[in-house]
This record gives sequence, structure tokens and C-alpha cells, in this order.
Amino acid sequence: MTLAVSVTKRLGPGFTLDVQLIAPPGITMLFGASGSGKTTLLRCIAGLTRPDEGRLAIGDRVLFDAKDRIDLPVQDRQVGYVFQQAALFPHMSLRDNIGYGLNRLGVDERRTRVSTIGESFRISQILDRPPAQVSGGERQRAALARALVTEPSLLLLDEPLSALDQTIQSRIMDDLRRVNEARRIPMLYVTHSHREVYALGQQAVVIDAGRVIARGTPHEVLDRPEHGILANLAGFENVFDAAVVERRERAGTMECRLDGSAGPQSNTCPTLEVPLNSSRVGDPIRIAIRAGDILVGIEEPRGLSARNVLRGRLVELTAHGPTMVAVVDAGAQFVVHLTPTGVESLHLTPGDHVWLIVKTYSCRIVG
Amino acid sequence: MDWQAIGLTARLAALVSIILLVISLPLAHWLTFSRRRWTFLIESVVSLPLVLPPTVLGFYLLMAMGSRGPFRLAFTFEGLVIASVLYSLPFAVQPIAAAFALVDPSLREASATLGASGFRTFIRVTLPLSIEGIIAGLVLSFAHTVGEFGVVLMVGGNLPGITRTVSISIYDHVQALEYGRANQTALVLLAFSLLVLTAVYGLRRRPWAAAPIA
Repeated sequence: MTLAVSVTKRLGPGFTLDVQLIAPPGITMLFGASGSGKTTLLRCIAGLTRPDEGRLAIGDRVLFDAKDRIDLPVQDRQVGYVFQQAALFPHMSLRDNIGYGLNRLGVDERRTRVSTIGESFRISQILDRPPAQVSGGERQRAALARALVTEPSLLLLDEPLSALDQTIQSRIMDDLRRVNEARRIPMLYVTHSHREVYALGQQAVVIDAGRVIARGTPHEVLDRPEHGILANLAGFENVFDAAVVERRERAGTMECRLDGSAGPQSNTCPTLEVPLNSSRVGDPIRIAIRAGDILVGIEEPRGLSARNVLRGRLVELTAHGPTMVAVVDAGAQFVVHLTPTGVESLHLTPGDHVWLIVKTYSCRIVG
Repeated sequence: MDWQAIGLTARLAALVSIILLVISLPLAHWLTFSRRRWTFLIESVVSLPLVLPPTVLGFYLLMAMGSRGPFRLAFTFEGLVIASVLYSLPFAVQPIAAAFALVDPSLREASATLGASGFRTFIRVTLPLSIEGIIAGLVLSFAHTVGEFGVVLMVGGNLPGITRTVSISIYDHVQALEYGRANQTALVLLAFSLLVLTAVYGLRRRPWAAAPIA
């Protein structure tokens, strides 16, 4: 069964959700910044928000059609929905939560199904506890079990992992992959985390200001960001405005001066050699670099193929989970990701002079 | 001690609270969740007894239920019940509506996505999560009915065993200069009211959150 979506919904002055998409069985990631309209789209599909125009269908079952005046109520759509905060009923045990949608079945059948799905989500031991007495990860697994046990023909997930820490996120992602292999239903997964898009997505759809701006496999969409907004979202922590100063046709590169801390394209601002494109000398361009693609040295490196070697000062060093995040001022502020062992072996402390090394092909030109 | 008046008042207040519960649950649900533009009109009408002098409400009820009115229930126990229900309506509806509004909307949405009808969502989710507000509404409407005076006097008069409630009996004793007997009955009412309010506020974790603005 394939989900076909075509909806428009006016959300405010100058902001209209206008999305057409097809979601085949499998995981489709809906990716975008907060406020881009992803959640509203999910709510329209579930029937929690009424679109102004359009049509929604799963296979040949029509959920909504503005022209034919079809608008199936939420409870008749057979659509599973997993909320950001799990939305488990606080006055019921996990067992009663999961069994909630099975009230049309007999007591025995219901009990069997709840136990079976409880086992597959590793929450059998805690089924009799209320939601307040289990961890955030367990709550979200129970919410997944509750949505899936009714065998919906479509599963909608609204940032289900955003409130959880990374280790627990990975384990639930494993669960989702397993669910995806076992059931051939479309799953629409809303997120603003590129990590989740890479980890789960078979198809990625990028939404910005209510519209689809890119679609394809996660790698197609995220590795060649054609839009500035996408570069930020896709984990390009460094996005610089710059101007082309020289084209080197034979080398296949061009030299660009960044808008740095000394003002737009001042002579003290650093230059970067980036892959050649059709820009002319003097044209403004935008360059995106992943924080993980930048190397740090404490001495001036020699004998490297990398064309971009910038001298700077380490301004800040903070730990984000297993990643050390360094901010380096090299005439422009660069964000660099390092491993704790890397930081240790270089004895890095804020205030140190460092060298940044960036490969030409790590510099991506974005729109 | 005027046991007849106390017994009558207890019977009246219990009956009124139960009727109010039955009316208020759907009414509060409608007021809280309806998307119609004119809900505020109904809301104003329901809340009217909070600001209206009881004699005004009593006067119109007397017109409606008196010998020249269409219903002829004035000076009867049934007439008193109807008057009290109208008079105490906001004290039941407001805490219940406030409690409904506090239930996380995503819980009702989750219930709907799991196939539950609006009625099942109400019974299984909204109602149990609003139980404190519902009890508050019940207790407050009971207490308010016990304490009413103006409406009773206008509609019910002062017939022993039929419409003479505790507050009327206190008034009677004072009129007859029997201050000692008035004091006895007044003390019972004072103790009762204090007890009720202690129970209501003790029961709720969030004081004031579901209290009427009266």
C-alpha cells in the first residue's frame, strides 16, 4: 500500500503548507527545521487537522478528498500516530495503554497480542507499571507498541526520539528497522536530526516554509545540499558567505574570500580553495563545510595535498556527548568536531594557536 | 436544633448535586471543546447566577412557576429543586470545564488515532483525568445549595418540611428574636461549610486551578 498525499493548508499570513508526496511502504523521513510545517502535514494525514484542499489516500482507500467531500474521522483512518512526548494515558498501566485500541477483540486475544508486542519491544517486565514509573525510552517504546498493535495501514512518527539520549535513540532505531522489515506499511517520520535521516531513511523529503524543496535518498539529499537552509540542517555546521576572487580552470578550483570577522571580504579574511563551478570572479557564493571534515594541527603542516591550511586560535572547547566541539577563529569562526583522544594527544586548550586543514572537496557550494 | 430543616436541606442539596452532575458533564464538555463561535453566549448564560442578585433570579422563577405562570411549581419542593439547579449551575460547570481543559489534548488525539469514538475518549480518557475537578464541582454545588437564601425565599417561601431550609430557619429565628436557636443552626452551617472547603482544597494538588471565580 502506498500513501499518496496532496494537501494545502493556510497556516497564517504568507505561510501555506502545500505538499505533494508519495510514500511507498518503508520509512520516509520528513526533514526540516522547526516551524517548516512537517508536524502540520502529519496531523493533516492523521485527520487531526483539516486541510483546506487536496486528497489523501492509502492505496485506493481515500481518507480525505476536498472535491468529493470525503473526510474520514480520525478514528476510522487506521493510522498509527506516535507523538513526540509518547502521549501515554497516565492513569493506565502500559498494558492497558497498549491494549487500548484493541477493545473490539476478546479479552484473551487482547492479552495475547499485548504480551507478544510487549516482548518484541522489550517491555514485558514493566507492563503493569504506569507511564510515570518507567524511563523515557520505555515510554516511547510502549507508545510505538500501542500504535503498532492495532495493525495500522500507515504509521506516523512525530520526532519520536527527540526527547531521548543518543544510546536509547540508537536502540529504538533498531526497533524501527525491525518493524519496517516485518510490516510493509508506509512510515512517515518527522525529524530535524540529520543523524536520524541517515540512520533510518530509505527516502528523504525536505520541507521548508511549507513546501517540499528536495527529495531522494538521504545521501542524495543531504550530501549535496543545494539550499542554504538544507546545509545547516544536513549537519554542515560551517556555512560561509564568500566571493570568488580567482578562477583556476586548469586546476578545477576557484579561490574564494570569506566574509570573516574583519567584515565582508576584507583582506585579512581567509580564502578557501573550493571546487570550480560556473560562478564568475566577484560573484557571491555560499560555502558549507562539515565540522567533522576539518583537521586540526598544532604545527604548520607540510607535504599535504590539502589546499586549504588556515592559521587560527582556539576560542572554545566543549564536550557534546562523545564529540568535542572546538571553535577556531581563523579570521572567520570555524566549528570543528574532534574526538576526546584527539584533543588529549594534541594537549589542546583554549587560547592555543592551531592550524586548520580543509580539503577542497570538503568545501561544498550551496545555493 | 431544627432537624426538619436540616434534613430537608440535605435532601435538596443531594438531589440538586446529582442533577447538576448529569447536566454539567455534557455541558462542560461542549463549552470546553466546541469550536462554534457562539459558545461564549452560552457560557455567559450559565455563569449569570454568579453575578445576578438571587432575588432577581428568584423573581423571574416565581413569575414562571407562580399561579399565573406556565409551570405552577412555586412553593413546592420540586420548584425549589429546579430553582437551585439553575442557581448553582456555574458552581458545577466551571470546575468541571476547567478540569477538562487541563487534560493534555494529545491524549485525546492519541485515543482517536487508536480508533476510539468521541464518546469512548470522553469516558476512558477525559473523565478519569478530570476526576478532581468533577468532585470539586459536586461538592461546591452541594455546599452552595445548602447556603442559598434569596432564591429559596422568593420561590419556595417558608413552608416547614417542604421549603423551609436551614438558612430560612435561621432567618426565622432571628425574626422571632430567638438568637440562641439561630446561633445553634448557624454554627452547624459554619462548621459544615468549613469542612466542605477543606475537603475540596485538600483533595486538589493545584489550589485555585479549578475554583469558580465567585
